[in-house]
Amino acid sequence: MKGTPRIIFIVILMLGLGVVPLLADYFDEPFYTVMFSRMLILSIGAVSLNLILGFGGMVSFGHAVYLGIGSYMVGIGTMHAVEDGIEWMANGFLQITLAIVFSALTGLVIGAISLRTRGVYFIMITLAFSQMLYFVAVGNERYGGDDGLSLYMRSDFNGLIDITYDNSLYYLNFVILLLSLYLSHRLINSRFGMVIRGAKSNEQRMRAIGFPVFRYQLVAFVIAGTICGIAGVLSANQTEFVNPSVMHWTRSGDLIIMTVLGGLGTLFGPVIGAVAFLFLEEFLSGITEYWQLYFGPMLVLVVIFARGGIDGMLVGLDKWWSRNSTVKNEEID
Amino acid sequence: MNWTLLLEQTLNGFQFGILLFLLAAGLTLIFGIMDLINLAHGSLYMMGAYFAATLTKWTGSFLLGAILAIPACMAFGMIVEMIAIRTLYTRNHLDQVLATFGLILFFNEFVRLIWGPIGLDIPLPEVLNGSVELFLGIRYPAFRLVIIAVGILVAFLLYLLVSRTKLGMLIRAGASNRQMISALGVNINFLYTIVFGLGAALAGLAGLMAGPIMTVEIGMGEGILIITLVVIVIGGVGSIKGAFVAALLVGLIDTLGRSFLPDILGLFFSNDVADTAAPAISSMLIYLLMALILAIKPQGLFPPRGA
Repeated sequence: MKGTPRIIFIVILMLGLGVVPLLADYFDEPFYTVMFSRMLILSIGAVSLNLILGFGGMVSFGHAVYLGIGSYMVGIGTMHAVEDGIEWMANGFLQITLAIVFSALTGLVIGAISLRTRGVYFIMITLAFSQMLYFVAVGNERYGGDDGLSLYMRSDFNGLIDITYDNSLYYLNFVILLLSLYLSHRLINSRFGMVIRGAKSNEQRMRAIGFPVFRYQLVAFVIAGTICGIAGVLSANQTEFVNPSVMHWTRSGDLIIMTVLGGLGTLFGPVIGAVAFLFLEEFLSGITEYWQLYFGPMLVLVVIFARGGIDGMLVGLDKWWSRNSTVKNEEID
Repeated sequence: MNWTLLLEQTLNGFQFGILLFLLAAGLTLIFGIMDLINLAHGSLYMMGAYFAATLTKWTGSFLLGAILAIPACMAFGMIVEMIAIRTLYTRNHLDQVLATFGLILFFNEFVRLIWGPIGLDIPLPEVLNGSVELFLGIRYPAFRLVIIAVGILVAFLLYLLVSRTKLGMLIRAGASNRQMISALGVNINFLYTIVFGLGAALAGLAGLMAGPIMTVEIGMGEGILIITLVVIVIGGVGSIKGAFVAALLVGLIDTLGRSFLPDILGLFFSNDVADTAAPAISSMLIYLLMALILAIKPQGLFPPRGA
């Protein structure tokens, strides 16, 4: 592997994410640990969405639902632990397991119905399902309804890791991000991943070859939802607050933006996108109260001009780089 | 069962359905002809309400304000089409979703910048503010009746426009084969701009009529946009007839569900269960309807011919 600008950029980004809490402590700016922690969590969400959106070509407009499911597992568990004294319900391992189970089941139901449709119908029906669950959360007065739940403690991981410290939560997020990147790397390069990617470019042909495309896509849909559910568990612990807006349809839109902004169908694209998205939000809202006035048109421009997202630009930089370096080598010869 | 309430809620559902139809007709036309998913359609609805609020204030008359707001909305839509939308026609749906999502963010902030964060009221003239006696002493707000009447009139005019005029012929031709009509020498770009403007005018009309009933506020177009998307998907994307049927269906089911579901559930379950479950279930009803219809007919109730 040659040290092209793109690879150097990605290595620096990942190493940089690895040392954020250390730097933040050194400069005594703990705010940045929290901000980057959010980036990591949304990165996990975007990486999972990328599995179906980028590699599978399934434009799911309801991916934030799983963030909501994961968050509510923590919110509900912690509420019972604090108010009713049922301490085991605040157990982090249990909450993650439940988030995985419920996200997978939800993904199975939504996927089984939505994947019967194609194109714009698929976009709309995934959106409709996410709205449905959003209204379930809004209407559920027992667990906070519209106002949501405040968490008085974070999940308890049996003393294995104490995430009451922002720094240790940060590294938990970081490890899970690395795991989800590794998992998606293995998935997309496996036979399974080849079928999914094949179905994206020509579904009929895949079916003609003899692959049951629907089943493959459904499994991918469920896996993506499950990973995002885990991100939801982390997200609730990070904000120490759970409310329905975590699965509002604009959140699903944000996840799509991150994935596309970074680079669809590339391994690190979603991470780059999530970091860039939150940076822009932070930066623009620091300058002006009306930051979306600039962010909106910027998004339109990215869609129109920067196809392939930031990663696409880096690939372009690589090409320019290799052309220049071959010219230099020829001169030396 | 309270029959007066039932009648009143049915009319409310009808009126909501009419508003949905005005939005859905434009959205489905834009999708059917330009193959464009326009999430910013709800923003055009919002602009209609804001234009009407401002113009009503300037002219001192709601009627005048409303009449002026419609062409303003149409012009606004055409400008947006020429600046931002035009390049998206050849893109895939994902790009369109993203770019028009960006436009929503822009329009919301744009409105906040110009009109401020606080919602506006559109005062109604005396004539429309009262209620009318329908029969047997049942009274109903006059303005809601006006909405229903205007909506049915517009639906009729739209039908005439699409099926009886030259422009309508071009619209239908553009929907079924766009290469062919541009090869025949029709200025397809101009046609697209007109159709988008027409959609914007319809959305603006819905917005300005919704303004006096609900408050005029930032983000008012987003909730109704999602319901409108449900409508066009149920009706079959690209079909105006489908949009009309689905809009009334969704309007009635949503409104009647919200008002009667607690009672209906109360027949089967304890009052406690009914009171807690009903709000959530009634907000879900239309999405359940959509999932059900798509599970049976993946192309919606009236799939457009040739698709």
